[in-house]
Amino acid sequence: MKRVGLEILDRRQFVVASGAGALALLVAGLPGAAKGANGKFEDTLKKLIGDAVPAEGTMISLKLPEVAENGNSVALGVSVESPMSADDHVKAVHILSEGNPVPMTASYRFTVQSGRAEVSSRIRLAQSQNVFALAEMSDGRLYMTKALVKVTVGGCGAA
Amino acid sequence: MAKIRMKVPGNVKAGDIITIKSLISHRMESGQRKDPDTGKLIPRQIIDKFTAKFDGEIFFESDWQGSVAANPFIAFTFKAEKSGEIELTWHDENGEVYSKKGPLTVG
Repeated sequence: MKRVGLEILDRRQFVVASGAGALALLVAGLPGAAKGANGKFEDTLKKLIGDAVPAEGTMISLKLPEVAENGNSVALGVSVESPMSADDHVKAVHILSEGNPVPMTASYRFTVQSGRAEVSSRIRLAQSQNVFALAEMSDGRLYMTKALVKVTVGGCGAA
Repeated sequence: MAKIRMKVPGNVKAGDIITIKSLISHRMESGQRKDPDTGKLIPRQIIDKFTAKFDGEIFFESDWQGSVAANPFIAFTFKAEKSGEIELTWHDENGEVYSKKGPLTVG
Protein backbone atom coordinates (compact mmCIF):
# COMPACT_ATOMS: atom_id res chain seq x y z
CA MET A 1 0.00 0.00 0.00
CA LYS A 2 2.95 2.35 0.46
CA ARG A 3 3.60 2.28 -3.24
CA VAL A 4 0.05 3.36 -3.97
CA GLY A 5 0.40 6.18 -1.50
CA LEU A 6 3.44 7.53 -3.26
CA GLU A 7 1.65 7.49 -6.56
CA ILE A 8 -1.15 9.53 -5.04
CA LEU A 9 1.30 12.08 -3.73
CA ASP A 10 2.97 12.40 -7.10
CA ARG A 11 -0.28 12.83 -8.91
CA ARG A 12 -1.59 15.36 -6.41
CA GLN A 13 1.57 17.36 -6.65
CA PHE A 14 1.11 17.37 -10.37
CA VAL A 15 -2.43 18.65 -9.94
CA VAL A 16 -1.22 21.33 -7.58
CA ALA A 17 1.53 22.29 -10.00
CA SER A 18 -1.09 22.75 -12.68
CA GLY A 19 -2.78 25.29 -10.46
CA ALA A 20 -5.81 23.32 -9.30
CA GLY A 21 -6.03 24.92 -5.86
CA ALA A 22 -4.09 27.49 -3.91
CA LEU A 23 -5.10 25.93 -0.59
CA ALA A 24 -3.93 22.49 -1.65
CA LEU A 25 -0.63 24.07 -2.67
CA LEU A 26 -0.34 25.72 0.71
CA VAL A 27 -1.07 22.56 2.69
CA ALA A 28 0.93 20.25 0.46
CA GLY A 29 3.85 22.65 0.73
CA LEU A 30 4.08 22.18 4.49
CA PRO A 31 6.36 19.33 5.53
CA GLY A 32 4.46 16.60 7.33
CA ALA A 33 1.10 17.93 6.19
CA ALA A 34 0.91 15.51 3.29
CA LYS A 35 -1.43 13.20 5.20
CA GLY A 36 -4.10 15.88 5.60
CA ALA A 37 -3.84 17.17 2.08
CA ASN A 38 -3.22 13.99 0.17
CA GLY A 39 -4.20 11.18 2.48
CA LYS A 40 -7.97 11.23 1.98
CA PHE A 41 -7.90 8.08 -0.09
CA GLU A 42 -5.67 6.32 2.42
CA ASP A 43 -7.86 7.47 5.30
CA THR A 44 -10.94 6.15 3.51
CA LEU A 45 -9.27 2.82 2.86
CA LYS A 46 -8.14 2.62 6.48
CA LYS A 47 -11.70 3.23 7.66
CA LEU A 48 -12.83 0.31 5.55
CA ILE A 49 -10.15 -2.28 6.27
CA GLY A 50 -7.87 -0.92 8.99
CA ASP A 51 -4.26 -1.89 8.46
CA ALA A 52 -5.05 -4.92 6.32
CA VAL A 53 -3.25 -5.03 2.98
CA PRO A 54 -5.42 -6.24 0.11
CA ALA A 55 -3.95 -8.70 -2.38
CA GLU A 56 -3.72 -7.91 -6.09
CA GLY A 57 -7.27 -8.14 -7.43
CA THR A 58 -6.64 -10.26 -10.49
CA MET A 59 -10.12 -11.81 -10.34
CA ILE A 60 -11.75 -8.37 -10.27
CA SER A 61 -12.84 -6.92 -13.56
CA LEU A 62 -13.18 -3.16 -13.25
CA LYS A 63 -14.53 -1.52 -16.36
CA LEU A 64 -14.24 2.21 -16.81
CA PRO A 65 -13.53 4.27 -19.91
CA GLU A 66 -9.88 5.21 -20.43
CA VAL A 67 -11.06 8.68 -21.33
CA ALA A 68 -14.24 10.15 -19.86
CA GLU A 69 -15.37 13.28 -21.65
CA ASN A 70 -17.89 14.19 -18.98
CA GLY A 71 -16.85 13.56 -15.38
CA ASN A 72 -20.44 14.03 -14.25
CA SER A 73 -21.44 10.63 -15.55
CA VAL A 74 -18.86 7.92 -16.03
CA ALA A 75 -20.00 4.37 -16.72
CA LEU A 76 -18.68 1.90 -14.15
CA GLY A 77 -18.87 -1.87 -14.34
CA VAL A 78 -17.38 -4.21 -11.80
CA SER A 79 -17.50 -7.95 -11.39
CA VAL A 80 -15.60 -10.40 -9.25
CA GLU A 81 -15.06 -14.06 -10.11
CA SER A 82 -16.51 -16.17 -7.32
CA PRO A 83 -18.52 -19.36 -6.88
CA MET A 84 -20.98 -17.27 -4.81
CA SER A 85 -21.66 -20.26 -2.55
CA ALA A 86 -22.61 -20.06 1.12
CA ASP A 87 -19.02 -20.58 2.27
CA ASP A 88 -17.23 -18.78 -0.56
CA HIS A 89 -18.77 -15.61 -1.92
CA VAL A 90 -18.10 -11.94 -2.40
CA LYS A 91 -19.59 -9.98 0.47
CA ALA A 92 -18.94 -6.50 -0.83
CA VAL A 93 -17.21 -4.40 -3.43
CA HIS A 94 -16.23 -0.86 -2.52
CA ILE A 95 -15.46 1.82 -5.09
CA LEU A 96 -13.00 4.55 -4.14
CA SER A 97 -12.12 7.48 -6.38
CA GLU A 98 -8.79 8.77 -5.10
CA GLY A 99 -9.00 12.18 -6.77
CA ASN A 100 -12.53 13.10 -5.68
CA PRO A 101 -13.18 15.49 -2.76
CA VAL A 102 -14.85 12.50 -1.06
CA PRO A 103 -13.03 9.37 -2.27
CA MET A 104 -15.67 6.92 -0.94
CA THR A 105 -17.98 6.45 -3.90
CA ALA A 106 -20.17 3.40 -3.39
CA SER A 107 -20.33 0.04 -1.63
CA TYR A 108 -22.16 -2.89 -3.18
CA ARG A 109 -23.18 -5.73 -0.87
CA PHE A 110 -23.93 -9.10 -2.34
CA THR A 111 -25.49 -12.31 -1.08
CA VAL A 112 -25.42 -15.89 -2.32
CA GLN A 113 -28.77 -15.10 -3.92
CA SER A 114 -27.04 -12.46 -6.09
CA GLY A 115 -25.74 -15.35 -8.19
CA ARG A 116 -22.80 -13.25 -9.37
CA ALA A 117 -20.86 -10.37 -7.86
CA GLU A 118 -21.55 -8.02 -10.69
CA VAL A 119 -22.86 -4.49 -10.82
CA SER A 120 -22.90 -1.50 -13.11
CA SER A 121 -23.62 2.13 -12.37
CA ARG A 122 -22.52 5.66 -13.22
CA ILE A 123 -20.21 7.77 -11.11
CA ARG A 124 -18.79 11.28 -10.94
CA LEU A 125 -15.08 11.97 -11.29
CA ALA A 126 -13.79 15.42 -10.40
CA GLN A 127 -10.59 15.01 -12.40
CA SER A 128 -8.32 12.43 -14.02
CA GLN A 129 -7.56 9.78 -11.42
CA ASN A 130 -7.31 6.17 -10.35
CA VAL A 131 -10.55 4.48 -9.39
CA PHE A 132 -10.15 1.51 -7.05
CA ALA A 133 -12.35 -1.53 -6.55
CA LEU A 134 -11.87 -3.31 -3.23
CA ALA A 135 -13.48 -6.74 -2.91
CA GLU A 136 -14.31 -8.23 0.48
CA MET A 137 -14.76 -12.00 0.51
CA SER A 138 -16.95 -14.04 2.87
CA ASP A 139 -13.84 -15.44 4.59
CA GLY A 140 -12.36 -11.98 5.09
CA ARG A 141 -9.88 -12.02 2.19
CA LEU A 142 -9.40 -8.65 0.53
CA TYR A 143 -8.49 -7.89 -3.05
CA MET A 144 -8.02 -4.60 -4.81
CA THR A 145 -7.53 -3.37 -8.32
CA LYS A 146 -7.55 0.03 -9.98
CA ALA A 147 -8.24 1.71 -13.28
CA LEU A 148 -6.92 5.04 -14.49
CA VAL A 149 -9.49 7.36 -16.03
CA LYS A 150 -8.58 10.53 -17.87
CA VAL A 151 -11.34 13.06 -17.38
CA THR A 152 -11.79 15.84 -19.92
CA VAL A 153 -14.39 17.90 -18.04
CA GLY A 154 -14.56 17.22 -14.31
CA GLY A 155 -17.73 16.38 -12.40
CA CYS A 156 -18.59 17.30 -8.77
CA GLY A 157 -17.63 20.96 -8.47
CA ALA A 158 -18.46 21.74 -12.07
CA ALA A 159 -21.98 23.06 -12.56
CA MET B 1 -41.60 12.48 -6.37
CA ALA B 2 -38.84 10.67 -8.00
CA LYS B 3 -39.48 8.94 -11.28
CA ILE B 4 -38.45 5.30 -11.24
CA ARG B 5 -37.82 2.76 -13.95
CA MET B 6 -37.20 -0.89 -13.21
CA LYS B 7 -36.53 -3.65 -15.68
CA VAL B 8 -36.86 -7.29 -14.65
CA PRO B 9 -36.29 -9.71 -17.53
CA GLY B 10 -39.00 -12.05 -18.71
CA ASN B 11 -38.64 -15.60 -19.97
CA VAL B 12 -36.71 -16.69 -16.91
CA LYS B 13 -36.01 -20.32 -16.04
CA ALA B 14 -35.21 -21.64 -12.57
CA GLY B 15 -31.49 -21.31 -11.87
CA ASP B 16 -30.99 -18.41 -14.32
CA ILE B 17 -28.91 -15.51 -13.10
CA ILE B 18 -30.79 -12.45 -14.27
CA THR B 19 -29.76 -8.79 -14.42
CA ILE B 20 -32.17 -6.26 -12.95
CA LYS B 21 -31.76 -2.68 -14.12
CA SER B 22 -33.12 0.44 -12.51
CA LEU B 23 -33.05 4.18 -12.86
CA ILE B 24 -34.37 6.85 -10.53
CA SER B 25 -34.63 10.57 -11.17
CA HIS B 26 -32.68 12.37 -8.47
CA ARG B 27 -30.21 15.25 -8.51
CA MET B 28 -27.75 13.54 -6.16
CA GLU B 29 -26.63 16.99 -5.03
CA SER B 30 -23.07 16.24 -3.95
CA GLY B 31 -22.54 19.15 -1.57
CA GLN B 32 -19.47 20.13 -3.60
CA ARG B 33 -21.22 22.47 -6.00
CA LYS B 34 -21.44 26.20 -5.53
CA ASP B 35 -24.50 28.28 -6.31
CA PRO B 36 -23.29 30.50 -9.18
CA ASP B 37 -25.29 33.50 -7.85
CA THR B 38 -24.40 33.42 -4.16
CA GLY B 39 -21.07 31.56 -4.30
CA LYS B 40 -22.28 29.40 -1.42
CA LEU B 41 -22.11 25.62 -1.41
CA ILE B 42 -25.39 23.96 -2.29
CA PRO B 43 -26.20 21.60 0.62
CA ARG B 44 -25.76 17.90 -0.01
CA GLN B 45 -28.88 15.89 -0.72
CA ILE B 46 -28.39 12.40 -2.00
CA ILE B 47 -29.87 8.95 -1.96
CA ASP B 48 -27.46 7.13 0.32
CA LYS B 49 -28.93 3.65 0.39
CA PHE B 50 -30.42 1.29 -2.13
CA THR B 51 -31.85 -2.15 -1.42
CA ALA B 52 -33.23 -4.94 -3.57
CA LYS B 53 -35.52 -7.58 -2.09
CA PHE B 54 -37.07 -10.77 -3.34
CA ASP B 55 -40.27 -11.69 -1.49
CA GLY B 56 -39.26 -9.35 1.32
CA GLU B 57 -35.69 -10.60 1.72
CA ILE B 58 -32.73 -8.39 0.84
CA PHE B 59 -30.40 -9.99 -1.71
CA PHE B 60 -28.45 -6.90 -2.78
CA GLU B 61 -27.83 -3.52 -1.26
CA SER B 62 -25.66 -0.52 -1.89
CA ASP B 63 -24.41 2.55 -0.03
CA TRP B 64 -23.95 5.65 -2.14
CA GLN B 65 -21.98 8.84 -1.71
CA GLY B 66 -22.04 12.15 -3.56
CA SER B 67 -19.82 10.64 -6.27
CA VAL B 68 -22.71 8.59 -7.61
CA ALA B 69 -23.96 10.36 -10.73
CA ALA B 70 -27.30 12.19 -10.85
CA ASN B 71 -30.31 10.06 -11.81
CA PRO B 72 -28.65 6.94 -10.42
CA PHE B 73 -28.60 3.92 -12.65
CA ILE B 74 -27.82 0.55 -11.17
CA ALA B 75 -27.81 -2.93 -12.64
CA PHE B 76 -27.21 -6.03 -10.51
CA THR B 77 -27.87 -9.74 -10.58
CA PHE B 78 -30.23 -12.20 -8.94
CA LYS B 79 -30.34 -15.97 -9.02
CA ALA B 80 -33.93 -16.76 -9.91
CA GLU B 81 -35.37 -19.94 -8.48
CA LYS B 82 -39.10 -19.28 -8.31
CA SER B 83 -41.64 -16.64 -9.13
CA GLY B 84 -42.10 -13.84 -6.66
CA GLU B 85 -41.90 -10.13 -6.10
CA ILE B 86 -38.89 -7.88 -6.63
CA GLU B 87 -38.92 -4.70 -4.57
CA LEU B 88 -36.39 -1.91 -4.95
CA THR B 89 -36.04 0.82 -2.34
CA TRP B 90 -34.08 4.06 -2.40
CA HIS B 91 -33.46 5.96 0.84
CA ASP B 92 -33.03 9.71 0.50
CA GLU B 93 -30.93 11.47 3.13
CA ASN B 94 -33.89 13.76 3.75
CA GLY B 95 -35.84 10.79 5.10
CA GLU B 96 -37.93 10.14 2.01
CA VAL B 97 -38.14 6.57 0.78
CA TYR B 98 -38.93 5.73 -2.82
CA SER B 99 -39.80 2.22 -3.91
CA LYS B 100 -40.91 0.14 -6.83
CA LYS B 101 -42.28 -3.38 -6.94
CA GLY B 102 -42.63 -5.76 -9.82
CA PRO B 103 -43.19 -9.43 -10.48
CA LEU B 104 -40.54 -11.95 -11.37
CA THR B 105 -42.02 -14.84 -13.27
CA VAL B 106 -40.03 -18.03 -13.44
CA GLY B 107 -41.43 -20.48 -15.99
